[in-house]
Amino acid sequence: MNTQFSKEAEKKFTEIVSRYPRKDAALLPVLWLAQEEFEYLSQEVRAYVSARLDVSPARVDGVISFYTLYKTKPMGQHHIQICRNISCSLRGCDQLMSATEKELKIKPGETTEDRKFSYSTVECIAACGGAPALQVNGEYYENVTVKSLKELFKKLRA
Amino acid sequence: MEKILSRNFGNGEAYFLASYESGGGYTGLRQALKMKPNDLTELVKESGLRGRGGAGFPTGMKWAFIPKNTLKPVYLCVNADEGEPGTFKDREILRWDPHLLVEGIIIAAYALGCKTSYVYIRGEFVSEGERLDYAINEAQKAGYLGKNILGSGFNLDLFIHKGAGAYICGEETALLESLEGKRGYPRLKPPFPAVEGLFRCPTIVNNVETLANLPSIITHGPKWFRQWGTEKAPGMRLYAVSGHVQRPGVYELSLNISLMKLITEHAGGLRSGRRLKAVIPGGASSSVLRADECEVAMDFEALAAKGTMAGSGAVIVMDDTTCMVKVLRVLSSFFAHESCGQCTPCREGSAWLSKIIERLERGEGTQADLDLLFDITDNMKGKTICVFSDAAAAPVESIVKKFREEFEQHLADRACRIEGRGGE
Repeated sequence: MNTQFSKEAEKKFTEIVSRYPRKDAALLPVLWLAQEEFEYLSQEVRAYVSARLDVSPARVDGVISFYTLYKTKPMGQHHIQICRNISCSLRGCDQLMSATEKELKIKPGETTEDRKFSYSTVECIAACGGAPALQVNGEYYENVTVKSLKELFKKLRA
Repeated sequence: MEKILSRNFGNGEAYFLASYESGGGYTGLRQALKMKPNDLTELVKESGLRGRGGAGFPTGMKWAFIPKNTLKPVYLCVNADEGEPGTFKDREILRWDPHLLVEGIIIAAYALGCKTSYVYIRGEFVSEGERLDYAINEAQKAGYLGKNILGSGFNLDLFIHKGAGAYICGEETALLESLEGKRGYPRLKPPFPAVEGLFRCPTIVNNVETLANLPSIITHGPKWFRQWGTEKAPGMRLYAVSGHVQRPGVYELSLNISLMKLITEHAGGLRSGRRLKAVIPGGASSSVLRADECEVAMDFEALAAKGTMAGSGAVIVMDDTTCMVKVLRVLSSFFAHESCGQCTPCREGSAWLSKIIERLERGEGTQADLDLLFDITDNMKGKTICVFSDAAAAPVESIVKKFREEFEQHLADRACRIEGRGGE
């Protein structure tokens, strides 16, 4: 068990903690930092964050499970997140979802065996003017069609 | 029409400080720093500016709730957790014109005597967050943030706090909990945040668009601001139009623009050959309007008189290819997913609503289910810590009441007659 922030991350950690009058308030940004640093929030990483911020392991787990963007298992190289909410639904996100399932042969919440792709359906991502919309690793793609989605997969596979 | 908040939308250079300054940026702040903080609050009160996040509360009045001569630090928290389905206007400010927000924040902080401010930005806004971070750094270097801002003796530190995917954190007390490093459980009110908010100190939570209005209000004055909108709801507003229109997008218009004008003139009208069926006028939490109810102005009072609300300014347009049972299933499944789980009526109620509507959509429901939906919403409204429960009930009640025949049809046919025509 040698989970430890790199020198650079350690610097960021100190700066993050200094933004708040109480150390435990830094839990969300420190979890983001840990996720960037260690790829996902394993049991060890969670224990490390809990020790570094003097908050109970139960609180760390409680916070992680409350929010959808913290990852507790390894994810694929490309994380496809398709919006399933109202504006995207009105403009055909169902077709994007079935095309994705067909293309990747996985269901929402799953990762391909080769760890190339993870796929989730998500609630409104504030891109309703460009519906249907999706994100790949946080990058927006708007006005997506089944055709442009297939091209996107081709690009990501290359 | 004049553009104030959206003048730089689409301009890829505008987020740089030099570009913002050359367009008159930070002159509002310079003027504000010459005023007494209390006079600034009075001026915002005079302008009649109301919150653009959803509740429409008068901004100056909210500020005045901060206890006078408090010995505790005062915090300003900026709500950039834009998550109300259909809403995508704050994202536009963040990515095209982040300095407009930063300037608004500094003005508000000065009026409030606040030395530390946090922008709570949703975790999905990756590049938007980077733009804001860049703007904050530039502002810092130029002396607009930090110690002794522009020689005024006023100090302000501004930090970004990134959310992690939870709709409820847009509710102001849930946002504060999340800022304190906890699960986003809304707090009981009172005490209101202005008295006891972040770290149990006096706190103001303002929406991005609300704050972005401040620089021009200071520069041009309250009278200028009042040339748009109504007596009770002045100014311009960013309307986010989505769904079955020719030109979805964000339109900055007088706050009391007519809904039909917004749809037909600004958003280009419906797709060709289609008729209007329904509109959700203020984000997913607002009650739906039937096509024949859409001759209405978009201000808070006019929409309230129609039994709905202006909410976040998100206008979701549906044409005659839309299955309203499916619309309700999408919305209910969203509310079930996002209920924070703290209060039983909401946690259980939103989940049951979603399950029942799902089976109605599949054609597996019973007549009794329709009454059961209202029984559940009755047990949700006004019975929980925050208004999420009421928000989850609103689309159910309005859609089932106004489009009951579609639910009856699903029951009779055990299927949907317009299935497959809803999406493009």
